[in-house]
Order: sequence, then C-alpha cells, then structure tokens
Amino acid sequence: MRKVEMKITGFLKHLPAYQVLIYTLVVLIFLFTIVPFCWLIISSISIKTELLSVPPHWIPKNPTLRSYKEILFGGTRTTRAARYFKQAVGNSIIVAGSATVLCLVIGSIASYSFTRLRFRGRHSLLLMILATQMIPAVAIIIPIYVVMMTLRLLDTHLGLFITYSSFVLPLMIWIMMGYFQTIPIDIEDAARIDGCSRLGTLVRIVLPLAAPGLAATGIFAFIVAWNEFFLALILTQAAAKTLPVLVSEFSTKFGADYVMMSTGGVLASLPPVILALTFQKYIVKGLTGGAIKG
Amino acid sequence: MKRWLTSSAGIGYLLILPSLVVIFSIIIWPIFYSVYISFHKLYLVRPGEFPFVGLENYIKISRSPVFWAAIGRTFYFTGVSVGVSIILGLGIALVLNQDFKGRAFVRGLIILPWALSSVVNGMMWKWIYDGSYGALNGFLLQLGWIDSYKVWLADPRVAMNFVVMAEIWKETPVGVIFILAFLQTIPSSLYEAAKVDGASPWHRFRYITLPLLKPIILLLIVLKSVWAIRDSFDIVYMITRGGPAESTQVVTFYAYLTTFKFLRFGYGAAISYLITLIILVFAVVYMRLVYTETLYAETI
Repeated sequence: MRKVEMKITGFLKHLPAYQVLIYTLVVLIFLFTIVPFCWLIISSISIKTELLSVPPHWIPKNPTLRSYKEILFGGTRTTRAARYFKQAVGNSIIVAGSATVLCLVIGSIASYSFTRLRFRGRHSLLLMILATQMIPAVAIIIPIYVVMMTLRLLDTHLGLFITYSSFVLPLMIWIMMGYFQTIPIDIEDAARIDGCSRLGTLVRIVLPLAAPGLAATGIFAFIVAWNEFFLALILTQAAAKTLPVLVSEFSTKFGADYVMMSTGGVLASLPPVILALTFQKYIVKGLTGGAIKG
Repeated sequence: MKRWLTSSAGIGYLLILPSLVVIFSIIIWPIFYSVYISFHKLYLVRPGEFPFVGLENYIKISRSPVFWAAIGRTFYFTGVSVGVSIILGLGIALVLNQDFKGRAFVRGLIILPWALSSVVNGMMWKWIYDGSYGALNGFLLQLGWIDSYKVWLADPRVAMNFVVMAEIWKETPVGVIFILAFLQTIPSSLYEAAKVDGASPWHRFRYITLPLLKPIILLLIVLKSVWAIRDSFDIVYMITRGGPAESTQVVTFYAYLTTFKFLRFGYGAAISYLITLIILVFAVVYMRLVYTETLYAETI
C-alpha cells in the first residue's frame, strides 16, 4: 500500500501537470510583484493623451523621458518643481545618510557590548531597546514636536537627523547582534592573550571582521530612513523637506499631471529599490535577523 | 576608577552609553512626557496656557464615538491586512520553495514592494484606483466586468478595502521572506524520512512544515500588526485622507488630525498614549516570542 502511494507521488512529480501548475503559480507571483510598479514606470514615460485614453494604452506608442528631463533639469512647466525636487533629494541624502552613519558608529559598539560583555541590567536594557523598536512615531510625535519647537530645530536637518537616528538605532543594535554572534570568541581571546586591550580588540579585530554585516545593516537603515514619511511630514516645512514629503505633495501640486506624479514616484523609489535588489541577501538577513537564526 | 573602566562591566556600560542617551532622549523620555501633556489642556494657538485637567482628556475620548469608530477601523485594517498578507505570503513562500527555473531571480524580485516607501505605494495605488483614468477601471472594462468607469474610492462601504489591498501588496513580501528563510532551516532529512515512510506532500506539509512554522507565523502576526498600525497613517494619508465620510479614518490618522490640524495637543497626546498602550500589548507578546525562539534556536 505504502509502496503504491510512493509510486503515485513520485509519478505525480514528473507529470507535466505538476510542472505546469508550479510555473503558472510562479508567473502569477511574478506579475503580482511587478505589475503595479511597472504601471507606475509606464505612466512616467507615457504621453498624457495615451495615458488618459479609455482604456489607457498599456504599452505606450511614443515613450518619452521628457518628464524625467523636466523634473531633473527644469523645463517649461516645472522649473520650481525641479528646484524643489533637487533640494528634497539633497535633504533626504543628508538626513538618511548622517543618521545611518551615526547609528553605525554608536550602534555597533552598543551591539557588541550587548553580545559579548556581561554587566548588570544587560537583559532589561536589551528588552527595553526591543520594546522601543515597536513604538510608532505617531505615538510620541507630540513631545518630540514640542521639544523641537522649543529648541528651534523644526524644519532643520539636525532635528530630523536626531529623530531618525533614535528610531533606527534600536533595530540596528538588534540586527547587528546577529553578526557579532557569528564572530568566534577564540579570535578575541587570542588577541587578548597577545596583549591587546578590550577596546583595542574591538577596534582592531572585531569591527573589521564584522564589517560586511555592519555595511549590510547600514544599507537596511538607509532604506528605512530614506522612506520615512510621518516624522518628516510633521517636523519639516520647507527648508528640510525630504523626498517622501515632496512626493506626497506632487498629487496636489500638479493637479492632474499623472505623468509628473509618476515620475516623482519612480525617482524617489530608485535608490531603495536598487539597493534592495542588489543587496537582497543582506536585506533578508536584516529583516529576519534576531527572529530566525539559521 | 581606572580599574572599573577596564573591567568588562565598565566597558560594557561605556559602549552602550551613547546609544542609550539617544534612545532615552528621543523615545523613552517622550513617552513619559506624552502622559504628562495628556493630563493638560494644550492648544498651540494659545501659548502660555497649560492648565492641568487630570483625566478629562481620557474621559472625553472614552465618550467619543469618533474615537471608537477610528479604533474599530484600525482593528479592521490591521486584522484583514495582516491575515491576508500572511496567508498569501505562506502560499507564495511554499511555491517559491519548489524547484523551478529562474528561482533565484523571482525570489530576489519579491523584495520589490517592501523597498517602495509607503508614500510611493499609496500614490501608486491611488493612481491605479483612479475613477477617471485608473488602470483598474481600464483593466476591468476590457475584461467586460464593468460597463463604465467607477469611482471606487468615493464609496464609503468599500473605500477601506481598497486601502487595505494597497497595504497587503506592500506587506506580503516580508511574510514571504520570513517564511522562506525559515523553510531553509528545516533539515531536508525530515522530509526524506517522511518520504520513506510514505507521507504524501500534503501530509508532509501538514505534519512537518506547518508545526515547525507555527512560531514564525505567530511572530509575524505580532510584528506585522504593529507595522500595520504604524503604516496605517501613511497609506490613509496618501490614498483617502480619512474619507469618504470618515470611512477610512483610522486612529493614527485621527490622532494626527486632532493634533496637527485642530491643534488640540493635550487631547491628541491622550489619543497617542492609548495607541502606545495597544502597541505595548503586542510588544510584550513579541518579546516573549523572540526570547523563547532565540533560546529554542540556541539549544539546537
């Protein structure tokens, strides 16, 4: 009886039907994943009349990069938008970049400390950091806003940079602990026996070994900070406005200019999408780190 | 002093100090300050006035039907988007775990929706749902399912479901990634042994994969619920701004309106604090799961 069943399942596996089913499902998954974003890209390279026909031209007959040119270099309609766009890109790079760097520096040493050093209160502090990772910005935005207002840090890079750092830091500490755990403790012991101090071991041995992991965590943090919207919406007005806030205004600013709106959306997505697809393996590790120790 | 500084504990504290300062000043301390504000009346338009009102804000909230409706919508948004995206994610992960050509490529691509910001995601779906020129209308018209274009987001009965669909699309990859990563940690010898014993594919899934996946699915439910509550603001802000007729006004958006549109900071702080309490319940469950899971993994 068992043998028969085995034969049947073995046979089923080689039957074309099984293959057909799998490939059909894979194609569906593939389309589910890319079609919405592809439509945004197509919208951004279409000309208006084709896009607004009923039903729309799914494949544009006259694809054009005009809207990209206008948004990046200024054009007849959009000189102001172009200027805002460049400024917002600059703001996003400054804020997300500096928050990533700060978190890498202070987060990596904290993460190492939690992984390798034993001190009182270690567990409860770690639990606290884990818990803060879950607090949504909307829950504590009011005190942050009031403080930033008092310190005159509203609409400044500095204000946003500090806030982003604190929101990214707990997650980074947690992810990096996974990387520090993979470094064999024997290497550290050997360095210590050779007369290296604890801090010397950390700086000269452990951090270089953990560098790939740290870089991966940095990319992860950069994407999160780059995409952040709520804090930037509340804490910036004009000078420090980041790209997501500007993109959110596009739909109102350009009225029904769907081409321009889509172009803004695609451009804002390029850095995180390219980073995520290139460093996909590391992002996966970052996302699942802590939860799954494979 | 010097000896203490070179001891393991001393260095331990020294290394976490900078991080603690940042986290305390921007997250921990505001949580308490938030409670303090919520016991006061604070209108930004009237600076200098900051009267203590005790629990008044909380009492008002508890009697506000608008608040409870917003809470209800938040649970609907969270429950449906988390539930569907996990089931969908499980299905997709199981398919992508099979052998097929181009597996690495499709698996890599699956991360795409995650990498989009919630702003772009919201804008993109709003454009797809558009009542005059949207791709959804065009597609359904060509299929012959509708006779004329429909303004989907104008109908209070269904607008929320369209918002939820946009969230599901963005959040499904995370589930796929978690589940795929976990599927790879299941030793293939378990399946080999089951095969030898004659277990059918369904039985192997039912009695090997599913029980092993249970903790990771629990973890996903908790994590994704927290993320959904957090993301609900962005997506509602981008697609519907709470409308039509408040039908998509989730509690995070309600808190935003109260605070930054009507400038009632005390009342807004009280609402925010209630959101924090809901999140903390999830956080406690999450920490218990992570701790037991980590210990479980270490014993293997």
